[in-house]
Formats: sequence, C-alpha cells, structure tokens
Amino acid sequence: MAKLNVNPTRMELSKLNKQLGIATRGHKLLKDKQDELMRQFIVLIKRNRELRMEVEKELEQSFKNFFLASATMAPEMLEESISFPKESISVHLSRKNVMGVHVPVMEMKRKMEGDEGSIYPYGCAQTPSELDDAIAKLNETIPKLLELAEVEKACQLLADEIEKTRRRVNALEYRTIPDLEETIKYIRMKLDESERSTITRLMKVKDIIDR
Amino acid sequence: MRVMYKIAVIGDKHSILAFKALGIDVFAPTDAMDARKTVDRLAKEGYAIIFITEKLASFIPDTIRRYDQLYKPAVILIPNSQGTLNLGMERISEYAEKAVGTKLL
Repeated sequence: MAKLNVNPTRMELSKLNKQLGIATRGHKLLKDKQDELMRQFIVLIKRNRELRMEVEKELEQSFKNFFLASATMAPEMLEESISFPKESISVHLSRKNVMGVHVPVMEMKRKMEGDEGSIYPYGCAQTPSELDDAIAKLNETIPKLLELAEVEKACQLLADEIEKTRRRVNALEYRTIPDLEETIKYIRMKLDESERSTITRLMKVKDIIDR
Repeated sequence: MRVMYKIAVIGDKHSILAFKALGIDVFAPTDAMDARKTVDRLAKEGYAIIFITEKLASFIPDTIRRYDQLYKPAVILIPNSQGTLNLGMERISEYAEKAVGTKLL
C-alpha cells in the first residue's frame, strides 16, 4: 500500500483522520446497500429464470400451432386474416425505486375495437382451427411475456447497479481506507520522531549549559 | 396524462406473424443491418418493450447490449419458431455473473 503524498504535519493528520472517518462510514453504507441489492436481485433472478422457462415453452407451443396453421393455408390468406387486428396492446410505465435504482413497472392496457369477447380478427369460415389455437395460446402468454420483460429489465438494471456498488465498496475497502490508515500511521511516527529529537536536543543543550 | 407506450416484436416473418393478430406491432427485418436499424428506430420511437427473436439477436449482440443499462426500452429475447437457442437463459446467467462478480456454476 502506498502512502499518500502529504506533509507530516498535525494539520494533515487531523484532516486525514476526518477523511478516514467518512470513508469508513461510506464503506459501511455502501456495503449495506450492496447486500440489500443482492438480496433483491437473487429473488428477481430466480423469478426471471422461472418465467423465461415457462414463456419459452408456451411460445414454442404457440409457434408450433401457428406453423401448422400456415401449412394448411395459403400464405396470402393467412396474412390477410390477421393483418387487421381487433385489439391493440400498449403498456404504461411507472417507476419503482429499489435501493436507488429506478426499475420500470409495466402495466398492460388492451383496447378492443368493436365487439368484445372474440380475440380473433377474422371469421372462422376460412381459417383452420390451428390458427385459433395458436392465437388463443399466444393471447394467454402475453401477460407472462410482459412480466418477463419487467423482471428481466429489473434484473439488468440491478446487475449494473450491483456491479457499480461492488466496485465502489472494493475501492474503499482495499485502496482508500488502507492508504489513509498507512498515511496516518506515517505522520504519527514522523511527529513522534520529531518530538523525540526535540527532547534529546533540549537535554543536550541543557547538558552543555550546566557544564 | 398517462403516457402509453407500444410493444414491438422483431423476428423472422414465420415466427412473429401470430403476434400481429393480437395487435402488437411486428417487424421483420431481412438482415443484420436492417435489424440493427429497426431496433434503434423503435427505441427512439418510444416503444417500451421490444421482443426480438434469439436468432436475430445473435447477429446484433452489441446493439442489444446497448439497451441493457437504459430504463427504456426493455429488449427481451424470445425463441423463434425453430425453438430456443438458449441465448435468453445465457443472458440471465450473465446478469448473475455481473452482479456476483464470479461465474456461478
């Protein structure tokens, strides 16, 4: 550990002591922040993993159905039947503060056009039932997909913040605080040394005068 | 006023057409360059969530990563009709690794 480049004076000593106090307190606070972030992160990432697994499975099923549907229909027909959706989905974002990290909270809004009840934007006469299945399945998956988006975004943001906090904690713990401690020790020794040399000098002078 | 944001899905046409039936905007870029442009454009246009198929995302990892630290939009990987490439799961391990500082398992 390198000591800081300062003059060994009492002034510097008290200044460094104050700095050390602040650094120690900051380190403790950041450490607490990191621990809490980590705790939240672990809960989130577990949820993220579960959700992703479920969503991937459900999507696959839906895609499979859709694939079957597209095999039994002419591509133009397929496109035509679904290209004018009856509903529109939008999300509302609000912020949630998790230990100083702003995490989005997503809220889904679905808007239906015309009659409620049916999600299919086509008549059933000319489309295979696989298409209905695919779309119904996908429709059920959407809320989960949204939750996945929310959780995954939160995970990304938290991971980033945890990394930053960890760097800060480590910088304080392994660099700033030891440096300060070493410098303080150095100044103390230097001051003690000069005090001793003053005393011996005085003794010597007294000796000379007395003789 | 509550500001509403839109959702987009990017991927190959066969995989994502189904989303269209539910009123989600779909985009089917033809190559990596086009995909990158689409993602950037959608991010700028105020889409809150962009789902992108893993296949397409594997061509433009840097672009995807750029939005990781931003509050909006959330770029989320989904499998395509050929199944999952496991990229999404790998990304979850990546976050964990970033947070913990060492590789888990």
